[in-house]
Amino acid sequence: MDTATTLTPGGLLEASGVRAVLDGLDAELIGLAPVKSRIRDIASLLLIDRMRSEQGLQSTPPSLHMCFTGNAGTGKTTVALRMASVLKQLGYVRKGHLVAVTRDDLVGQFIGHTAPKTKEIIKKAMGGVLFIDEAYALHKPENERDYGQEAIEILLQVMENNRDDLVVIMAGYSEHMAKFFASNPGMASRIAHNIDFPDYSEAELMQIAQLMLKQLNYRFDGEAEPAFARYVHLRRQQPNFANARSIRNALDRIRLRHATRLIAAEGVPTRDQLCTLAPQDILASRVFSKKTRGD
Amino acid sequence: MRITQGTFSFLPDLTDAQITQQVEYCLEKGWAIGLEYTDDPHPRNTYWEMFGNPMFDIHDPAGVMLELQACRKTFPNHYIRLMAFDSTHGTESVVISFIVNRPKNEPGFRLVRTEAPGRTIRYGIESYAVQRDAEGTRYAGSE
Repeated sequence: MDTATTLTPGGLLEASGVRAVLDGLDAELIGLAPVKSRIRDIASLLLIDRMRSEQGLQSTPPSLHMCFTGNAGTGKTTVALRMASVLKQLGYVRKGHLVAVTRDDLVGQFIGHTAPKTKEIIKKAMGGVLFIDEAYALHKPENERDYGQEAIEILLQVMENNRDDLVVIMAGYSEHMAKFFASNPGMASRIAHNIDFPDYSEAELMQIAQLMLKQLNYRFDGEAEPAFARYVHLRRQQPNFANARSIRNALDRIRLRHATRLIAAEGVPTRDQLCTLAPQDILASRVFSKKTRGD
Repeated sequence: MRITQGTFSFLPDLTDAQITQQVEYCLEKGWAIGLEYTDDPHPRNTYWEMFGNPMFDIHDPAGVMLELQACRKTFPNHYIRLMAFDSTHGTESVVISFIVNRPKNEPGFRLVRTEAPGRTIRYGIESYAVQRDAEGTRYAGSE
């Protein structure tokens, strides 16, 4: 690390491979500007901390417990899954594995069951990231004897005492998480980063669709793309729209119709036909018929 | 009398940092770590009590150390040993075992001579601590 002291921060960013991690995030995650900028901030801090410690200055690792809030399908779980490997490459966690749990994995069914269960999970997550999906479910205000509170207390203790050993990421819908933190002020104060996942714009949803199709070796033909853009526009205004998840479901249904169309057609489909989605696959969707009925 | 046994019996007691490094080595090899405790230090007492479950899915020594702290808190005046189990087919046994906690005061052993026919003498050893008190209370007063 002798050379590192002579490098500029930018050079160090390049040399440590952190730049590659950040660029990878940019390429593979559409939108999510607040999330990316927060990860960039954390990366910078860790690098500067490393330079400070080389100069003999005080450097304490920051607390990185996080809370992801946002509507359904905005990528909370996806980002959390990637966070573990990002933090590993940034050198913040030692092992970089991710243990994803929900309430069922932490909370027991009878007295004395919760503590060992929670501790078991925490032991497994040491050196990596503990991801608690739908974390608000841990607190059930309607039942004062609920064992969830016990799990919360153990988590609080570990989040404070073993800050260097693991990172806790909680995720959930915004309003539920707000209620959860209001009733657990200790938890709120131990979470340094509250990252809100914004809803995707139509253009971003189109990009996500293109990315998903590319990964599946499909593509839209010339007229299918504007048809899908119209689909996205209409679907967004309907209730129960779950951002990227709805897009994935829509694409799955389009693939079903595409397959049915190919089976019904005469002859052997060409390679080109096998991966090209036509506008009629999209326009058969219920979303369009509802619209006309509504008019 | 300081009782020794296991892998590092010839060394002074390992510090927590050294134990962490040993655990790291074991985890790298894919071994499962277990903790055992006893208050009967007789060398032929091979079956100690297990503390918690064997830890199969741990990725980082911090998890094991957490469990060790819990064990020390529960049994501050017992012998505690940390062992690693290699589940590889053909080995399937404990491959490392060393003491990580001991009572403050270890009174040691008495040599017992038993007369046998024909002026033969049979020798045995007996722990003072085990003689003195019942199981679970043996080293309680040594704090």
